[in-house]
Amino acid sequence: MTQPKSRIASRITAPLVVAGLAVLLGACGNSNRQNSLDPKGPAAEKIDNLFIPILFVAIVIGVLVIGATVVMAIKFRQRGGQPGNPKQIHGHTALEIGWTIVPALILAVVAVPTVATIWDLAERPTGPDVLKVQADGSQWWWQFELPNQPMVPQASAPVKGNSATGPVLTSTELHIPVGVKVDVALNSEDVIHSFWVPELAGKKDVMPARTNHVTIEASKPGTFLGACAEYCGLSHADMRFRVIAQPMNEWKAWLADISGPPAQPYTGAIQELTTNTYQCTNCHVFDNVHTINYGPNLTHLGTRSTFAGGTYEVNRKNLMRWVQDAPSMIAMQSTKCRIQPPPPGVICTGMPSFTKNTPPGAKVMTTEDAATIVDYLLKEK
Amino acid sequence: MTAVPAPLAPPRGMLRRPKATSGFWSWWTTVDHKKIGILYAGLALVFLLVAGIEALLIRLQLAGPNGTVLTASQYNTLFTMHGTTMVFLVGMPLATAFGNYLIPLQIGARDVAFPRLNMFGFWVFALGGLFIYSGFVLGGAPNGGWFGYTPLTSSPMTAGALPGHGPDFWAVGLVMLGIGSVTSGVNFVVTILNMRAPGMTLMRMPVFVWMMLVTAFLTIFAMPAVTAALIMVFFDRNFSTNFFVASAGGDPLLYQHLFWLFGHPEVYILILPGMGIVSEVLPVFSRKPLFGRSVVIFSGISIGFLGWGVWAHHMFATGLGPVAVSAFSLATMLIAIPTGVKIFNWLGTVWGGSLRLKTPMLFALGFIAMFTIGGLSGVTHSIVPADTQQTDTYYVVAHFHYVLFGGLIFAIFGGFYYWWPKVFGRMLNERLGKVNFWLMLIGFNLTFFPMHILGLQGQPRRTYTYAKGMGWDDLNLLVTIGSFVIALGVAVFVVNIIFSQLRGEKASADPWDARTLEWSIPTPVPEYNFKEIPLVEARDDFWHRKYTEDAEGRLVKLPAGGSDSGSTGAVATLEVEDGAGGHGDETGGGDGDAHGDGHGIHLPSPSYYPFIMTLGLPILGYAAVFKNPWLAIPGVIVLLFGMYGWGIEPGTAED
Repeated sequence: MTQPKSRIASRITAPLVVAGLAVLLGACGNSNRQNSLDPKGPAAEKIDNLFIPILFVAIVIGVLVIGATVVMAIKFRQRGGQPGNPKQIHGHTALEIGWTIVPALILAVVAVPTVATIWDLAERPTGPDVLKVQADGSQWWWQFELPNQPMVPQASAPVKGNSATGPVLTSTELHIPVGVKVDVALNSEDVIHSFWVPELAGKKDVMPARTNHVTIEASKPGTFLGACAEYCGLSHADMRFRVIAQPMNEWKAWLADISGPPAQPYTGAIQELTTNTYQCTNCHVFDNVHTINYGPNLTHLGTRSTFAGGTYEVNRKNLMRWVQDAPSMIAMQSTKCRIQPPPPGVICTGMPSFTKNTPPGAKVMTTEDAATIVDYLLKEK
Repeated sequence: MTAVPAPLAPPRGMLRRPKATSGFWSWWTTVDHKKIGILYAGLALVFLLVAGIEALLIRLQLAGPNGTVLTASQYNTLFTMHGTTMVFLVGMPLATAFGNYLIPLQIGARDVAFPRLNMFGFWVFALGGLFIYSGFVLGGAPNGGWFGYTPLTSSPMTAGALPGHGPDFWAVGLVMLGIGSVTSGVNFVVTILNMRAPGMTLMRMPVFVWMMLVTAFLTIFAMPAVTAALIMVFFDRNFSTNFFVASAGGDPLLYQHLFWLFGHPEVYILILPGMGIVSEVLPVFSRKPLFGRSVVIFSGISIGFLGWGVWAHHMFATGLGPVAVSAFSLATMLIAIPTGVKIFNWLGTVWGGSLRLKTPMLFALGFIAMFTIGGLSGVTHSIVPADTQQTDTYYVVAHFHYVLFGGLIFAIFGGFYYWWPKVFGRMLNERLGKVNFWLMLIGFNLTFFPMHILGLQGQPRRTYTYAKGMGWDDLNLLVTIGSFVIALGVAVFVVNIIFSQLRGEKASADPWDARTLEWSIPTPVPEYNFKEIPLVEARDDFWHRKYTEDAEGRLVKLPAGGSDSGSTGAVATLEVEDGAGGHGDETGGGDGDAHGDGHGIHLPSPSYYPFIMTLGLPILGYAAVFKNPWLAIPGVIVLLFGMYGWGIEPGTAED
C-alpha cells in the first residue's frame, strides 16, 4: 500500500549514497604524500588492507540503517492530519536475539585479522639487514640519529669516517634506503610527541624517558611527509618532518656526506659570529664535533631541502629571515632568550629573534652578519 | 502516619530566610528542581553560544592553508576552551538540566532528594565555568587541550611547556566542576531510587530516567579518577611533585590512564541522556510503545558497565604493547553490540507507527542516522592498526562530533522542542523548528563528514595551520562553510525561543498526546508538581489512562477519565500524607503547613547557603592558582560560613 513512497525514498537515497562513495573513493586518489589511504610501505599497506574492507562493511551497514530510517520516516508518516492507531508492538524476542548476535558475529570476523595485524606490526625486525635509527622529538623539531657504522646490507664500501665517534645527527629530514626495514627508536626530550609518516606506517607516541619503536620501510624511492601527531604546545602544527627514501647507493653517499666534517672550515669570521657575537652555538652545532642538541645540527644544512620543522624550504630568502627573526616565521616561546642562561622564570622554547627584544649589551643582528651566516650555511653540503 | 515532631530547639540559621518565590532574586536562592533545571539549561545555552563562536573562529583560521586569522597561541587556547566548554559546560549541564526538570516529574515526585545540594551543584557549575573563563583576563586561558596531557600541562611554569596560568585555571576549574557533577549525580541516584511514586517500579520507569540513573552512577565513579589526575597535575606544576616527571621516576602515561578512565565513561555520561531523550520522543511521535523497552534499558546498563573497560582505546599509539592493545580492541568492539541493539530497537519503534514528523521527531530521527555514522566510525577505532593512522587526525574529530553533536546535541534540541511547552507554557514554532532542524542537519554533515576524509588524508588535529598543496584546501573550506550553516541553525533556534515567548501558541497540558507522567499535570507545572502523588499501574502510565489495545493490539482511545487497568472512574492517585512515601529528608518532614496553594504540600524552602558556600570555592581556586595563602583565608571563611549555615538551617522553613 505504501510501495510508491518507499520507491521515492530509494530514488532520493541512492544518488546520495553513490555520491558519498564517490567522494570517499576520490579521496583515495589524492596524493599529498601524507595520505594514509595511499600506502607506500609494507606497514601502511597492511593497515590499509585491513581497514578498507572493514570500511566498506561499515559503509554498507551505515547506508542500510540510515536508508531504513529515511524510508520509514517517509513510509510511516501520518497523512491527512489524523493520528493513526497503529498496532502496539512491544518487542520481539527473536529479533532482539538476532540483532544482538549478527553484529557480534560480524565483529568476531573483524576481530581475527585485527588482532593478527596488531601482533604482526608490534614485532620488531631483527637481523643484520635492519637499519636502526633514533628519532628524538623536541618542541618543535625532530632530530634523527643514525649509527656511525650502520648496518649496510651487501656492504662493500665502508662509510666515510666521521670526525666524531658519536652517532650521526641530522634533523627534519630522515633519509632511509628503499626496501630496508628501519627500526625507529622514539624518545622525547620534553613533552609527548607522536611520530607519524602516514604513507609508511601508523603513528607511535614519542614519550619522555620511555623508548617506543616503530618500523618503517619504503617500497619505492620518494619523499614521504610526516608530522607530530600529539599536541605538544605552541607550535605543534609546525613540527613536521619528512622521510626521504633513496636507493641504497644514494643513501650510502648521503650518510657518508653528512657524517663527515663541514664542507668549509668552521673557523674565522663565521666561528666568531656564531660563537661569540650571536652565541648560536649555545644550541647549535656547526662542525659535527659537539653534541649540543637544544637545536638542530647545522653542519650539513645545505643538504636539506627544508628546515624549521619542515615548514620552510631551504633557500637564501627564508634563511635570511629565519636567522634574523625566527619567531616571525614560527611561533616560539623565546622572547627573552637572547641571554644565556635565561633569567629566572623565563621560558625558552625555540629560537629567539636576533633583531627584536635584544637585551642590553647584546648585538642586534645586521643584515651583513646574517648574510655571512646564511651563505656559510647554504654551502654546508 | 503520625505527625513528624518539630525539630528540637529550632535553629534560626544565621541569615534571614529568603522569601521570594518569584522574581529575579528567587532564582538565586531557589531549591525548586524545575527552576534549577531552567538555570542549568539557560547557562549551558550561553556556554553553547560561546563554544560555538570559538568553533567558528577555529574554522575561519582553517578555511584555507596558512591561515592568519588566529595566532598559534590563540588557536591553541580556542580549541582547548571549545572542547572543555562543550564537554563540561554544555554537554554535562544540559543533560543535568533535563534530568533536573524531568526526573521528579517522570517518577511522580515533588522535588529531588536533596534540593539545596541541587542548587549547590548549579552554582558550582556556574562559578566553576566562570572561573575557568576568568583565566582569559587573569593571566592565562587554558591552552593544554581539553585532555590536558602531561607533561605538557604538568611542567612547572618556569620549565617551559605552557607559559602562563592556563593549565592551573583548567585543572582547578575542572576539579571544582567535578564537585558539582558528583553532587548532582548523587542527588539523581538517591532521587531515582527512593522517591518514585507508588507503583513506579524500576522497570516501569521512563527510559530517560533509567539512562539518567546510569549516567549518574557513571559520573559518581568517573569524576574521582580525573580529580586525582588534575590534582597531581596541579601539584606537579606548583609544588614540585614528580607524578608525571619521567626523569624523576614519574610517568606521564599514568595521567592518560587516569584521564581516560574518566574520559571514556564521560563519553557515555554525555550520550546516554541523549539516548534517553530519544527513547522518550520516538514512542510519542510514533504512537507506539518503545520497541524492546527492557532490552533498551539493559543495553544502556551494559554500556555503562562496558564503558569502564575501553579507556585505553584512546591510547593505542602510546606503546602499551600488543597484549593490552588487543584486549582493549576487543572490549571496544564489544561495546558496539549494545549500542547497535539500541539503534535497532529505535527503528523497531518507528516501524509500523503513525509518525508525526514534528521537530522533536525530526531531531530524534536525525539522531539515529547521525549516531549510526558515529558508532560505525567508532568501531573502526577498535581496528587498532587503522586507529594508529586515524587517532589524532580529523577522522577522530569527525567521529566524536557525529557522536556528541549528531548524537547528544541533536537529542538535546529534540528534547528542547518536545518539553519546551511543558516548561514554558508556550509551543516553539513548528515552521522555525523545521528550518532549525534542516539547517543543523545539513550544516552538521557539511562540517563533519568531510573531516573523515581529511583525517584519512593525513590532516592532524590540534594544528593551527596546514601547508598549501596538501590537497586539504577544498574540503576545509567546505567544512568552514558548513560550520556557519550550523551557526545559522542555532540562530534560528534562538529566534524561535524569542518568538515563542512573544507570540508562541499557548500550550495545553498534553500537546503531544504523550505517554509519561509529566504530561498528566497542568502547564505550567505547579511548584509542587503533583497535587496528589500518582499511583502508577503500568509502564507509560499516563498513556494507558488515555488508550488501550484491542484484541489485535491496535490502539483504541479510551473515553475521557477511563483507564485500562481495571479501575474505573477517576485517575488513580494516592492520598498524600505528611512525609509521604520515602521522600528524602529535606522534601518530607515538617508539619504539613502549606506552601503553594494550600494543599497541605510542604516544599523545601529557598536558601542562601548553597550560593554562599559555592562562593568560597572560586576564592579558594584563585588562592590555589596564584599560590596565595592569604586569599585562602576568606575562601575558607566563606565556605565554612555557608556550610555551617546550611547545616543548621532546616530544609523547610518553620514559618
